[in-house]
Formats: sequence, structure tokens, C-alpha cells
Amino acid sequence: MLRIPAFGLAVLLMLASQTRAQSAPELRWGGDSEGGAPFVEADPRDPAKVVGFDVEIAALLARELGRVPRFVQVSFTTLEASAVRGDFDIGLSGIEDTPARRARLAVTVPYYEFREVLTVREADRDRYRTLADLRGRRVATLGATLAYDLLVAAQSEHGVIPVTYEDDVHPYSDLAIGRVDAVVLDEVLAARGVRRDAGLVNQDADLGVGYYVGILAPGQTALRDRMDEILTQAMRDGRLEAIFRRWDMWNGDQPRLYARVLADADGGLPPVPGQDVGRAPALTAAAAPGPWEAARRYLPALIQAALITLALSCAAMALAIALGVLIASGRVYGARPLQVALTGYVEVMRGTPLLLQLLVLYFGLASIIQLPAFVAAFVGLGLNYAAYESEIYRGALEAVPQGQLDAARTLGFTDAQTLALVRGPQAFRLALAPMTNDFVALLKDSSLVSLITVVELTRQTTIFAANIGSWLVPGALCAALYLAMSLPLARLARRLEKGWRRG
Amino acid sequence: MEARLTTLDVRDVTIRRGGRVILERLRFTAGGGELLAIMGESGTGKTSVLRAIAGLDPIAAGEIRIGGVRLAPGRPPRGPHARELHRSVGIVFQFHHLFAHRTALDNVWLAPVHVLREPRAAAEPRARALLDALGVGARAGALPHELSGGEAQRVAIARALAVEPPVLLMDEPTSSLDPARRSDLAATLRALAAAGRTILMATHDAEFVHACGSRTVTLRAAG
Repeated sequence: MLRIPAFGLAVLLMLASQTRAQSAPELRWGGDSEGGAPFVEADPRDPAKVVGFDVEIAALLARELGRVPRFVQVSFTTLEASAVRGDFDIGLSGIEDTPARRARLAVTVPYYEFREVLTVREADRDRYRTLADLRGRRVATLGATLAYDLLVAAQSEHGVIPVTYEDDVHPYSDLAIGRVDAVVLDEVLAARGVRRDAGLVNQDADLGVGYYVGILAPGQTALRDRMDEILTQAMRDGRLEAIFRRWDMWNGDQPRLYARVLADADGGLPPVPGQDVGRAPALTAAAAPGPWEAARRYLPALIQAALITLALSCAAMALAIALGVLIASGRVYGARPLQVALTGYVEVMRGTPLLLQLLVLYFGLASIIQLPAFVAAFVGLGLNYAAYESEIYRGALEAVPQGQLDAARTLGFTDAQTLALVRGPQAFRLALAPMTNDFVALLKDSSLVSLITVVELTRQTTIFAANIGSWLVPGALCAALYLAMSLPLARLARRLEKGWRRG
Repeated sequence: MEARLTTLDVRDVTIRRGGRVILERLRFTAGGGELLAIMGESGTGKTSVLRAIAGLDPIAAGEIRIGGVRLAPGRPPRGPHARELHRSVGIVFQFHHLFAHRTALDNVWLAPVHVLREPRAAAEPRARALLDALGVGARAGALPHELSGGEAQRVAIARALAVEPPVLLMDEPTSSLDPARRSDLAATLRALAAAGRTILMATHDAEFVHACGSRTVTLRAAG
């Protein structure tokens, strides 16, 4: 399922809410309506409105503050950066409490406790009971979550292979069709995943617990303290319980959480998760490291991701060149129907977004052919760039002067010989500079394949940035790695061109 | 380099370009070992005659016979028929059209190796000998854009001769030559004709035609 209209929806929502927000001050709250129920989702009866428990908590906060809630759509992975930028007053979207977040942002008291849950196919119920049973197996989760950290830890401990997704729907659909062997996500998402795909079961294994919190810009501690008062009051008087009961999320873990939070609040101490949990080990990423320490720690992963980017780009470019040559030759030399068909291919591939092509190839065709992620990425990029390459080659072939072709013909060369010995080599020289540009563009476009679960350089950088809560160092490292790949290439091409000119 | 004696016979040929008649009912014959010049002002169709004989452009009426090969109205020949034609007729273009990405030497041996299937070990020394004979052996390793007009022309002649066509067409052979080079070229063409080649050149250089001792056909603007 693609949820492309989310952006349009957000624009509508903003327009709709702006008109009535003139009178009372607003409480701008950020969330991702792609996250869906029970967190935040477009109301099925009125898509201009959002519904969900986070929506109701935002309404509760706004009411008590004497403000009008206004929803701001922000994609889940950039919620934190948006909070720092001040795009909204508070972010509420099933955001997990981590020490790193606490270090960088003003964070509210936790308002919901969840367990991380292992989901497997019904047939594997007895085979994969815990993460230890999944050595060498692919286990899916959402990127930049506690569950992801849990899987990274399990990677070194148990040898599982983490696979990250951008949404919480496809981990479960890919589990159902066998692309991955398990999913680890919080119990709210796991319950939804099992409801949607029959044939999946949630295991009982206790992997850990986490908490949902609201996040505010680091300077907003006064507002945060006011919100903490409102939330703790709502815990005492049962209004929070009522919200979670309405969304069928109330369970025995919550009263225990509330008791701990209220005890801390009365003592004036902010609750820190991971230290106050008795039942199960709480998930705490190591304390937030400094930027240089973080860079040192993440650099090997970034370099590995850069190698994936490079391997993928080279393979896709090779496919694009081979197909591009065939398409261009077909368009220059082929019969009319072939020319029309190839022109159609080129226009479709150039006229539709690469992102859409990748999603269709990987998720859309999953019921017909289940391509592994890397193969789908390679084929998708290759097919798309073949269209661009073929245009370059066609232009280059047609730019070879007619006199060269006349000379070849009068010497008795066949068309194939003329192409191989005269027209092709000369066209290749004309095509080399634009091809180099295309390869650099492909190198960068390869970042789109992160949406079909391939962790390449940009994706790894996003995870890195989300984990340390800053884009500065990760962004600089990522840029340096892309440049390290693209600059030598441009230089090589320049040298080749010069070399040919010299003969 | 004795060539097969081949007669070039142009019979009542009409050439049209985009509906316009360029030449009407042109008729001439050149026997083996003969030098013949087609003369006339610019735009009278000298180049068109050469291109038609070389099989690059179609003729609208009449026929052309080169030894056993016959060109009739319609699309220029393709396939085996074209091969036979191109083995019989070589052409040196006014602007030479040397293969821009290959050296002078490569330009000369490419066709013998790829068209005549001659081994490269034999074709390359022969190509070198041709360049030497035409006085450009020292330039064998140069790329076309590094050659002077006169050098490029001699490489183009070597390239055309490398497949040993009995008929050689030359378009404006003196346009890129200084006077000293022109007399060299005249001597070269006379020698080629003496060896049995039929040479047809399109030119408006009467002095050069005289130096070659060539017979002439003169075209006049239609209407």
C-alpha cells in the first residue's frame, strides 16, 4: 500500500486549520499521519481531519493550555530535527524515549509503556521463539527506533541481519511473503501487523520495553514542565486512561508506569527510563556520545554503506549502458514499430518518478515476482537510467558526421561494421562527458533505494543522524564519501577525453 | 599495382534532389586506364555524379555500369550488390572524411582487414607502403585533425586504393593543395591511370586537368 497522498493531506489540513486559528493562540503539534492508527491517521470519514490517541493527547494539552491544536505533518524520521528547528511546539507520534533524545531535546514524562514484540509466520512459531533462534536470518524493523537498536545489538550477539523499512506496513507484508523471517517492533505496531496479515503470530519473548514521550525544542523547558503537569494530572484523574481505552490500548503495564511517573513527579525528579523499570530490561541506547566520538563509532558503518552505494551504482550503470546501447541502436537502425515501442519505453521511464518505479518493482510486483531488495534496486535503477543513457547514445550516434558514414560505406563496410568501427567509437567519445554526469547523478539517486530496504550511504547517514540527533557531522561525513566516489570519476573521464584527443 | 581494366559507362542518367532536376540525360564512358574530368561551374552537379556512381545517392533515370555492376533508378544498392560495387569503385571526398578517431595508418588498413578479410599482419605493411608511395609515410601515426589538407588528401587516396578498386573517383582533388602539390598530384594520377585504373575527377581547375592530360566532360547549368 502506498501512502503518497499524505503530503497533499497535510497541506489541506494546514489550510483548513489556518482559517479558524485566527482567534485563539495555536498549539502546533507535529506528527506523521503516515504512521496511521492508533497514533495519528487521516480520519476515514473526513480525511481533512486526523484521529488517533496522539491526536487526543494533543487536544488535551491544547485545551488545558487554552490553545487551539493545529496538526503539522512531519515525516517520522525527521520529527526530531523539526522539533529543534521549531516547526512545531510539541511532537507526538509514538516517539520513543531515549537518553539521546533527553540529551538534545526537552522531553515530556512518558505517557505510554510498550513492549518490543517479535513477530513470525505461523509456520515458524516453534522455530523462531527468540532473536537467538534467528541467526543468519533477516529481521525487519523501522529505522531509527529502539527496535532497530535492539536488532543491531542482536546482530553482534546472535548474528541476525537487520533490515530497515521506512514504514510499519511493509515489514509485515514482506514477512508474510517470506522476504524476511521475523519483525521486531513495538506491541502497538505488532498488534496491528498481525491483524492485517493473517498467518503471522506475535511471540511472547520479552525483548524489552520502551516509552512514548512528547518532544519539544531544547529551549522549551517551561512549556514542557507545564505539559508534564497536565499529563500527570491526566494520569491521576483517569483522562489519559480513557483515551487509551478508547483506542483499545489500555493494559496492566500502564498503571504501573503512571505510579512510577507520579512518584517521581511528586518528588520533583524527572523520570529517566531504563533506570526505573523492574519488569523487563529497558532499552537504552548508550548515553549520547559527542560528535567526534559518534563519527568515529559510525564511520565503519558509513564506509560499508558507501561501498554498497558504489557497488549498486556500478552494477546499475553497467545495466543502463548495455540496455541504453540496445535501445539507442534500435531507435536509430530499427524498423518503425520497434522505434515506436522503444520511444514509448524511454518516455515512460523518463516521465515518471524513479521512486514510484522502485516502489512498484519491489512492493507492487511482490505478488507476482519477489525480487530481493538489492536486485530490485539494481534492476530499477538500471531500467530507469537505461532510458537516459539511450537518449545520450542516440544523440551521439546522430551527431557523428554523415561524411564519416559515407566514407565507411564506400569502403564496403556493412552497417554493423560501420557501427562497431566508426560510428560507435566516435559516438562514445561524444557520450562520455554526459555519461559521467549521469553516473554521478545515479550515485546520488541510488539513495532512493533505501525506501525498498537497502541500507546505502544516505540511509545509514539518516540512521546515524537520528541516533545522535544532529545532522552536522553525519551530513559532512556522508557528503565527503559521496565526493570521494564522484570526484575521481569526473577526473578519470577528463583524462580519457584528453588522451583520445592526443591519440 | 596493375589494376583490372574496367570501363565506367554512364547512360542517360538523370539525377533529382527533392524534386529538382540537377542533371538530365548525362552520358559518357571512361575506359580502363583513362583519366576523365567532369568540369563545370559550382552547382552543376559534378559531386552528384560522383556520389551516384559511388552508390551513395540514387539516380532518377538511366543506368550506370561499372564493369559487371549495374546501378538502376531506385534506392542505392545494399548487401552483396553494394559490396561488389564498392570493390569496383573507390572515392576520395573533397573534405577527405578520414575516420576522425583513428590514425592515418589505421584509416588505410581498416577496410582491407574488415572488408577484404586480409590478415592485419599483411594489410598493415601494405598500408604503410601505400602511405610511403604517396609521400606521407612519416605521418602514419598522426590523427586526421593533425594532418595538413594535402597530407589528409594523400592519406584518403591511400585509403581508397587499399581495397584496389579499378575505378577511382576524386571530388575537387586540388581544392586543398598549393601549386607545387598540384603537380605532384597530377603525376600521381597519371601514374595510377597508366597502371590501368579508370580515374574520374570532378573539378573546375582547368589548369590541373591540362596537367593531367585528361579528357573532359563539361556540365552546364540546366535551363
